[in-house]
Amino acid sequence: MAGSLVQGAVFTVMVVRAGMLRDPGFEFELAGQVQRSPRFFLNAPVVLDLKDAEDFTQAPEFGEARRILRRHTLSLIGVQNATPAQLDAAAAAGLASFAPNATQTARPRPTEAVPAPHHEAAPVAAKSKLVTQPVRSGTQVYARGADLVVTAPVSPGAEIMADGNIHVYAALRGRALAGASGDTEARIFCGRLEAELISIAGRYLVSDQIPPEQRGLAVQIALVDDRLTIERN
Amino acid sequence: MLTSGKGGVGKTTSAAAIAAGLALRGKRTVVIDFDVGLRNLDLVMGCERRVVFDFINVINGDAKLNQALIKDKRNDNLYIFPTSQTRDKDALSRDGVERVLEELKDNFDYIVCDSPAGIEHGAITALYFADSAIIVTNPEVSSVRDSDRIIGILASKSRRAEHNLEPVDVHMLLTRYSLERVKKGEMLSVEDVREILSIPLLGVIPESESVLRASNTGTPVAFDQESPAGRAYLDAVARFVGEQREMRFVQPERRSIFRALFGRA
Repeated sequence: MAGSLVQGAVFTVMVVRAGMLRDPGFEFELAGQVQRSPRFFLNAPVVLDLKDAEDFTQAPEFGEARRILRRHTLSLIGVQNATPAQLDAAAAAGLASFAPNATQTARPRPTEAVPAPHHEAAPVAAKSKLVTQPVRSGTQVYARGADLVVTAPVSPGAEIMADGNIHVYAALRGRALAGASGDTEARIFCGRLEAELISIAGRYLVSDQIPPEQRGLAVQIALVDDRLTIERN
Repeated sequence: MLTSGKGGVGKTTSAAAIAAGLALRGKRTVVIDFDVGLRNLDLVMGCERRVVFDFINVINGDAKLNQALIKDKRNDNLYIFPTSQTRDKDALSRDGVERVLEELKDNFDYIVCDSPAGIEHGAITALYFADSAIIVTNPEVSSVRDSDRIIGILASKSRRAEHNLEPVDVHMLLTRYSLERVKKGEMLSVEDVREILSIPLLGVIPESESVLRASNTGTPVAFDQESPAGRAYLDAVARFVGEQREMRFVQPERRSIFRALFGRA
């Protein structure tokens, strides 16, 4: 798969405890060490250990830590033992997340052996958008990052879109576009299929392409093998 | 106010008839033409030879309201407020319209506004201050779609919508209805239209030769006691003011006509 693109590697990286950065004696000690072995410390990568650290929940704090370390020619590249809030702030500051190394015990956390990436497409956990009035011709409704539920008819000439699923508990006569940001798992459910156009993640069928025996029925539309399939509910 | 989206469906005819119907019930009524540049209300009301000042003159301060209002010769309760034929809809300013409507409210029980067709400035200005809207619709696919559009616009661009007040009271008036053609499957039925538009039905006005006669003689069809359309308008007015009236000229129809027209398989 991606074997040739990414390879595993092992590095030795220095770990600095977050608490130490606040310690006035620390910089003095560190300056001394760097002076004794400048080539060793020049641009050396450092991971900030956030175990037991209450602060570092804002990106600028990491910026400040980075600057402190830079003064001693060290390069802050990541964090370990971070809480979810700290991870977010670290990511915003451009820092990587490291698993707790083998010589330490990790801060107990229910799910994270490997911290989850932050910038994948948001899972559809946002509150569904609910529309209870008829969606009139010429109207556009978009449920960003969520499902769309409509409990009234959708007129011809109206457009309803959702990043998630679309549920219409009435006649669907306009255009419905589910998985609008690319989610191929999204589905369309409707009480009566009379749509002008149906689409999931960019694949679409116009009214003419909908089999006549399925028009006017309560159906579920899904994307299977890159083709839209329509099934009776 | 009367609106439709689509042109030629019977807004002006209906505005005239409804205003006449209200006046016949003793309500002080003024009917206003918002179709600047394409004015018809004065013709349909039969007062085109008495127009001196118009809506735009009053908005611009060139004339006072009572100089522009024309009293109907047939009924003391009925007044007409014509608009300009030489200007166009850009001459309508929202502030000007608001001032005029406020002044009219002091003197009249009902202000009936005849909107132009379309969804641009002219139509939007006409619907902006509405408390009630009557959506004039023909039982025909283009008209139904345009009516749907204008209902959506009322729900989002009226003053009530913008200020989050109680929504405009919307009703449907189905005009040019022919029971014969519905039975033959050539025309959408009341149920078909009601299902698509999902708004309360104020009335069904049958197709009638008396309407053309009324326009050409400058007599609102509601004054014509023998015309079925006239009687249907009077029923609609009765319902509008809260009375119960049975729908005439209509029978329960089969829904399959709707499928046949919309399936297009």
